[in-house]
Amino acid sequence: MTAITTPDPAALGLRENATFDRATIAAIRHAAQTGLYDIRGGGAKRRLPHFDDLLFLGASMSRYPLEGYRERCDTDVTIGTRFAKKPLHLKTPVTIAGMSFGSLSGQAKEALGRGASEVGTSTTTGDGGMTEEERGHSETLVYQYLPSRYGMNPKHLRLADAIEVVLGQGAKPGGGGMLLGQKITERVAAMRTLPVGIDQRSACRHPDWTGPDDLRIKITELREITDWEKPIYVKIGASRPYYDVALAIKAGADAIVLDGMQGGTAATQDVFIEHVGIPTLAAIPQAVDALQEAGLHRQVQLIVSGGVRSGADVAKALALGADAVSIGTAALIALGDNDPALEDEYRKIGSAAGYYDDWQAGQDPAGITTQDPELSKRLDPVAAGHRLANLLRVMTMEAQIIARACGKAHLAHLEPEDLVALTIEAAAMTRRPLAGTDWIPGLAPAAQAAPVAPVAPVASAAPAGGGA
Amino acid sequence: MGTLSVDQSTRVDLRQRTVTDLNQALHQAPAGSQWEVLHPDGQHAIAAGLAAPITVKIEGHVGYFAAGMNEEASVEISGNAGVGVAENMMSGRVHVHGSASQSAGATAHGGLLVIDGDAAARCGISMKGVNIVVGGGVGHMSAFMAQAGALVICGDAGDGLGDSIYEARLYVRGKVGQLGADCVAKEMRPEHLAELSGLLAQAGLDHDPAEFRRYGSARQLYNFHVENAFAY
Repeated sequence: MTAITTPDPAALGLRENATFDRATIAAIRHAAQTGLYDIRGGGAKRRLPHFDDLLFLGASMSRYPLEGYRERCDTDVTIGTRFAKKPLHLKTPVTIAGMSFGSLSGQAKEALGRGASEVGTSTTTGDGGMTEEERGHSETLVYQYLPSRYGMNPKHLRLADAIEVVLGQGAKPGGGGMLLGQKITERVAAMRTLPVGIDQRSACRHPDWTGPDDLRIKITELREITDWEKPIYVKIGASRPYYDVALAIKAGADAIVLDGMQGGTAATQDVFIEHVGIPTLAAIPQAVDALQEAGLHRQVQLIVSGGVRSGADVAKALALGADAVSIGTAALIALGDNDPALEDEYRKIGSAAGYYDDWQAGQDPAGITTQDPELSKRLDPVAAGHRLANLLRVMTMEAQIIARACGKAHLAHLEPEDLVALTIEAAAMTRRPLAGTDWIPGLAPAAQAAPVAPVAPVASAAPAGGGA
Repeated sequence: MGTLSVDQSTRVDLRQRTVTDLNQALHQAPAGSQWEVLHPDGQHAIAAGLAAPITVKIEGHVGYFAAGMNEEASVEISGNAGVGVAENMMSGRVHVHGSASQSAGATAHGGLLVIDGDAAARCGISMKGVNIVVGGGVGHMSAFMAQAGALVICGDAGDGLGDSIYEARLYVRGKVGQLGADCVAKEMRPEHLAELSGLLAQAGLDHDPAEFRRYGSARQLYNFHVENAFAY
């Protein structure tokens, strides 16, 4: 790295334009010079209302805490209790989100399976089918059923522990998968029945059903084929979660996977990632509303993903009404993505540790988002899997710490009443009061806890602009 | 309704038994066994998920996803079929004597699907290696994103045929509406005539292969180019 020799422009009194900031100027220049729009990995980068905007109210005079490290706080969750003969029983509510072999190396898929299995949770396939690496190393494997049906094989359906019908993902609700030619190697191409080296554009709609009535029939077919054994999840990208969840329930889902716009992708247009969909925080309460109105909250399990990074995020998602969460980006970071030790290599490909998002390009120096055999070999699936298991344990323990402080003997006992909001946006989205107040923006005064002054009749209202 | 015994009569009346009873029995049926299904009455997912070389004859009309994900079995439907007949078939044979609704043979990887009548929209959508022979015509957007295999259309094809097609081969005897993006007419070489003759024979049809034209991918949209922005 070269030392900075020119003074900071701001020190000279120059002022950056908030509308045309440097990243915006660079994007416009890039588009003008190359005719290309940005395709990248990861989720939304913009600052969004998120779990950070909530705080827990620990136990006090009116609440009874549990002893940390002494009193029991259980963490297990059962998914698929509605119709499936064989529901999944997981030791932690933190699961691994769907990510494909193709977008990830075989070593990375194996590491995800190893890490998840070490702590008794599930991992999930992605577009392109099931590989030996992940089935062989995943004690509990969820098989995604996607619009493309690449590699879709009924044998794999029967080998799976659950089936996830994917309608969309948070990074791109309304968009299909994408895998650029650099990653369509012979093995990936053969699995997906595609020519080697093409830019794969997956379908965004399922080829043989449209709408909730058809989905009900499709789910029944999947149950018939697997003899009603497997839990069937429906995954939606957060855009209209109240209606989507209500319709998925009607269609017969055992569980709902709700992915907010911070959820990652292997390759999507930046304009899609940043401008389509709603934040995870905004989506959860709407999904819970739909479940409660159907009388099926906790019977149809809700699995939330999109920006889950820590045990605090897990606890907040659960308190808002989720039964479990999924991590994707955080899991990849645990494997070794964006490792500062690889700084020099990131610089060589025009990025930097902490910024690397060219997951679509297949040049990942960490050997995770690549199909290059030499790069892939760099990732030791055993060591990487153990790092992921460590993260999963830490997240689970952090969530327990919070739950005990709130007096809960099970993570599932966390509830909205344990939370307050730090920002007006978060208060409005989650319908939790702004910290230190009883104010919930958007609720009618009668629904607020604080006493409300009677409304003056219109005839006696003060004239506009009138002073006291 | 109790479990249907495998060694019970191989004739199953769906007014007496549920589709689940039937399917679970078929999933355990020994290779070579022959089954007859009466009164399907348009129910869905009949004979879905078969995975052994058995023969199933369905007397009547079926609903959605009949013979879905079929492997090895031979399924014959005397009437019409609803949406997604033989969807994602891996191997074996499905024969519809009537007509089929949309998405027939969707995403199927292998085997042979024969439809004596017409097929509606999106026949062979995202097909991945299956061979489909349609005695009549097909609706719009058939062979959309078709990846591999052959679709033989003895009648006419609707608009958007072969839109965004990959390496599948389309043979059409009648008229074709507007072709889909990146789908073009191609030379009928001897290997194509041989393939077509074989498929027509397997379907029990005696059309002259010389009456067909072949369509396939121009391979112009396989990689992203910004100049293609208005091509789709």
